[in-house]
Amino acid sequence: MKKDKTQKLRSLFVGIGLIAAAGLILAGCPSQQGMMDTREAAQKVYVAPGEHDEYYGFFSGGYSGQLSVWGLPSGRFLKVIPVFSQDPETGYGYSEETKPLLQTSYGFIPWDDSHHPHISQTNGDADGRWIYINANNTPRIARIDLQTFETKEILELPNTGGNHASSFVTSNSEYVIGATRFSIPYEMDLDVPIDSYSEEFRGALSFIELDPETGMMNMGFQIIVPPYNYDLGRAGKGVSEDWVFFTTYNTEEAHTMLEVNASRNDKDYIAAVNWRRAAELVSNGHGETMSAEYYHNYYEGNQGFAINDVKDQVTVLTPEDGQEFIYFLPTPKSPHGVDIDPTGEYIAAGGKLATVIPVHSFSRMIEAIENRDFEGNVENIPILSYDATIAGEVENPGLGPLHTEFDGRGYAYTSVYISSEIVKWSLETFEVVDRIDAYYSIGHLMITGGDTKNPDARYLVGLTKTAKDRYLPTGPKQNHPAQLYDISGDRMELLLDFPTIGEPHYAQAIRADKITQNVKQIYEMEENDHPHALLRIADNRVERDGDVVRIYMGSTRSHFRPDNIEGIRVGDTVYIHLTNLEQEWDVVHGIAVKGAQNSEILVAPGQTKTLKWEPTRTGIYPFYCTAFCSALHQEMQGYIRVSAADSDVSLVWRTGTN
Amino acid sequence: MKTESRIAMGLAAMLLAGLFYFPFWTIDMSAPQYPEGIGMYIHIDDVTGHKRHDLQSINTLNHYIGMAEIHREDFWEFDVMPWVIGFLIVFGLIAAAIGSMKLVITWIILMVILGVAGLVDFYLWGHEYGNNLSPDAPIKVPGMTYQPPLIGCKQLLNINACSWPYTGSIFIGLSMLFAGGVIWYENKFINKSDEDS
Ligand SMILES: [Cu+2]
Repeated sequence: MKKDKTQKLRSLFVGIGLIAAAGLILAGCPSQQGMMDTREAAQKVYVAPGEHDEYYGFFSGGYSGQLSVWGLPSGRFLKVIPVFSQDPETGYGYSEETKPLLQTSYGFIPWDDSHHPHISQTNGDADGRWIYINANNTPRIARIDLQTFETKEILELPNTGGNHASSFVTSNSEYVIGATRFSIPYEMDLDVPIDSYSEEFRGALSFIELDPETGMMNMGFQIIVPPYNYDLGRAGKGVSEDWVFFTTYNTEEAHTMLEVNASRNDKDYIAAVNWRRAAELVSNGHGETMSAEYYHNYYEGNQGFAINDVKDQVTVLTPEDGQEFIYFLPTPKSPHGVDIDPTGEYIAAGGKLATVIPVHSFSRMIEAIENRDFEGNVENIPILSYDATIAGEVENPGLGPLHTEFDGRGYAYTSVYISSEIVKWSLETFEVVDRIDAYYSIGHLMITGGDTKNPDARYLVGLTKTAKDRYLPTGPKQNHPAQLYDISGDRMELLLDFPTIGEPHYAQAIRADKITQNVKQIYEMEENDHPHALLRIADNRVERDGDVVRIYMGSTRSHFRPDNIEGIRVGDTVYIHLTNLEQEWDVVHGIAVKGAQNSEILVAPGQTKTLKWEPTRTGIYPFYCTAFCSALHQEMQGYIRVSAADSDVSLVWRTGTN
Repeated sequence: MKTESRIAMGLAAMLLAGLFYFPFWTIDMSAPQYPEGIGMYIHIDDVTGHKRHDLQSINTLNHYIGMAEIHREDFWEFDVMPWVIGFLIVFGLIAAAIGSMKLVITWIILMVILGVAGLVDFYLWGHEYGNNLSPDAPIKVPGMTYQPPLIGCKQLLNINACSWPYTGSIFIGLSMLFAGGVIWYENKFINKSDEDS
C-alpha cells in the first residue's frame, strides 16, 4: 500500500501548499483515498468466469454519441449500442434499414453527443423495458429497446438548441423531458441579430408523451420560457410525481463570453413545472399550434426500413398570468444538477459555483405557492422566495458540486468537480458525513438503482473527466475513467477503477434480472416482416428494375445463396438484402463487398439487413462473411461480376454448381 | 375376469393416450458452445427440438459431416404410429369390456412385439442416419460414423449425445404394469379357485 501513502502525502502537500487557505475554507478537509484492503476490494468486484454481474450499467457515450453497457460490480464491458452516431462495426447508420434513424430536419447527421440515459419507470421504479437517451447537439431523444439492445426510435425536438436537460422520464413513464440548453429564436429559422437575444430568443421545455405499451414517443407540448440556459432536469417522485424540475443558468441573458457574463448573478433558478396541470391546460385548448419542422424516425413493424415521419407542427404553451403551472425557485449559483430524493420531498441543486449545496423542500414549495410567497415574476412565471422553499444548505461541500444521487437510507452523494471528490451528506442534518477522492475531476455520479423511489444502493459509480496517470498511458488523449465505490457501509470505499468508452456524462444501473428475463436470443423468422426478407432459402434471387438491382440473399452456416452473380452493370444501384436464416442465439453473419463505399453489415439471426452498393468499375467483386460464424467461415464467400454500363451480360445467379 | 381387473385393463389401455400428448424419447446433445443445451424429442407423430429451433440448428450442424437433414415428412413412422397406438387403446378397451384374458394376453404380446419392432426401427434409422454420409461433406473424419446411441450416451466428435426414454414412455411403462398386474391378479384368483375346488 505504498502508493496510497505517497498519494495521501501528495494530496496533503497540495492541500497545504497550493490551494492553501482559500481552498481549505471552501472545500473543508481534504478527502481520503478510502481504498479498502486490496484483497477485500478484489473479492467484492470479482465475478467468476461464467458467472454474471448483479447489475447492468448503461453509460452514455458523450461525444461518441452511443450508449455503452457494462456489468457491475466487475466493470466488465458488455456492448456498445449505437444510437446517434454511425457505427461501421455493426453497420448501424450504414444499412438502408438504419440510415433513416439518423435523418433530421437538417438532413442526415452521422454524429451526435449523447448525455443522459434514463430507464423507463413504473410506479417510480426502473422497469427495464426501454432506455431513453438524449442527443445534445442536434436535439433529439432516442429509445432503445432492452429486449434487443437496439435503437428503435429517434425523435427530433424543435425550438431547441442543445437538448441537455434530457432524457428523464416521469414516475410512470408518462413523459420524457427535454429542454433547450442554448436559447434560440423559437420561430422557425428566424434570421435575427444575435444581440436581439433578450427580445427574440426564448427557451423551450419539451414534454414528450410515451405510449405505455410500446414506449413510442410523441411530441406532447413545449413550454416557452425566458431566454436562459436550461441545464439539467429530473422528474419528481412520490409526493412530487406530478412535477418536473429544471435548472437554469445564464439568467443574465448573456450571449457572449458566458464564462464571465453568465456568472454574475448570485442566484439563478430552478424551474418547477407541474406537468399534469400543464398537460391539462394544453388539452383544454390553452396551447398554441406553431409551425415547426422535425423528424420522428421509427420502425413500423418488427423489421424493415425505419421511416421518417416529418412533422410540421408543435403545440406550445406560453405561461399566462394566473395559470399556475410553472414557478422559479431562486438557487445559487449557475446550478447544474437538480436531483430529487427517493421520497420526492428534497430537491438538491448542484450550484457549480456555489459554496453550499442548497436543498429545497417540496412541501415548503407548495406551502409558499399557497401563501403567495413570491418575490416577483418573469414572463408570468412567479418567483418564489428563497427562504420560503429552502430546507437546508450543506456547508463545506467542496468546490464545484454538480450532481447528487440518494441511497434511500437518508444520505445523499454529490459529485464535486473542482475539488475532485464525492461528498456524502445527511438529509436530516444537511451535514457532510464522509468524503472520498475521485480520479480526476468528477462529472456525474450514479447509484445502482438510482433516481428511483427505491434505490438499490450497493454501489456508486463516479464518472470522471481525466485519467492522467490512472492507467497505462495511451497518448495525449486518453479515455475517461469510471470508479466504483462500495456505499453499503458508513464510509464510501473505492473498489475499482476502469476506463470507459466515449465520455460518459451520466449512467444508470439496474438489477440484471429486470432485464435478462426479457432479452431476446433471436429474431423469429416467422415474425420477419421486412419487405425484402428472404423467408425461404429456395426463394433466393436477383431482380432488376431499370438501374436498380435487388439481390435477395440468404446466409446459413457456411454459405450465401446465391454466391455467384453476373449481369450487374456499372451505374447500377445494387441493394443486397441479406437475411440471416439462422435461428440460433448469437450466430451472426455479416457481409462486405470489395470497393463498396459503405461499411460491413452485421445481421443477427432472423434479421434482414440491406447493403447499398454502387459499383463504379467493371470487374469481379468478391464478397464475404465478416463474422466468424462457423468452422467453414473462411469458405463463406462469393463473387459478383460487374460489366460495362452498355453490356448485355444477362442477369444470372447460382449457388453450388461449379 | 373380476370387475377390478376389467377396470385395471381399461386403465392400461387409456394410459396409452398419454403418448398423444408427450414425447416418448429424447436425444440430448451437449457441446461446449451449447451451454443453453440442444436436442430433440420424438413423439408418436413428430420430431421436435428441445427448444423451438433446435432441429434447424441440428440440421445445420450435421450438414458439415454429411448427415441427412431430419424432417418430419421423411418418416412414415409418424403417420403410422398414432394409428397403432389408437388401435392398441381400442383393442385394450375391448379386452377390458369383454373381460377376456386371452385378449389381454394377446394385447400384452402385441405391445411387446410392437415395442421391440419400434426399437429395431429406431436402431435401423440411427444406423442409416449415422452411416450414410454425403460424399460432399466438408468435414470427413476417417473411420468416423455418427450413429446415435440406441439408449445411453456416446461421444460423437465435439458432441456428447445421450438417448433416453422420455415422459411418454412412463405411460407405456405404467400401461404394461397395469396389464401385467391384471394377468398376475387373475392368475392368483384362478389358482386360488383351483385350490378351493
Ligand atoms: Cu457467416
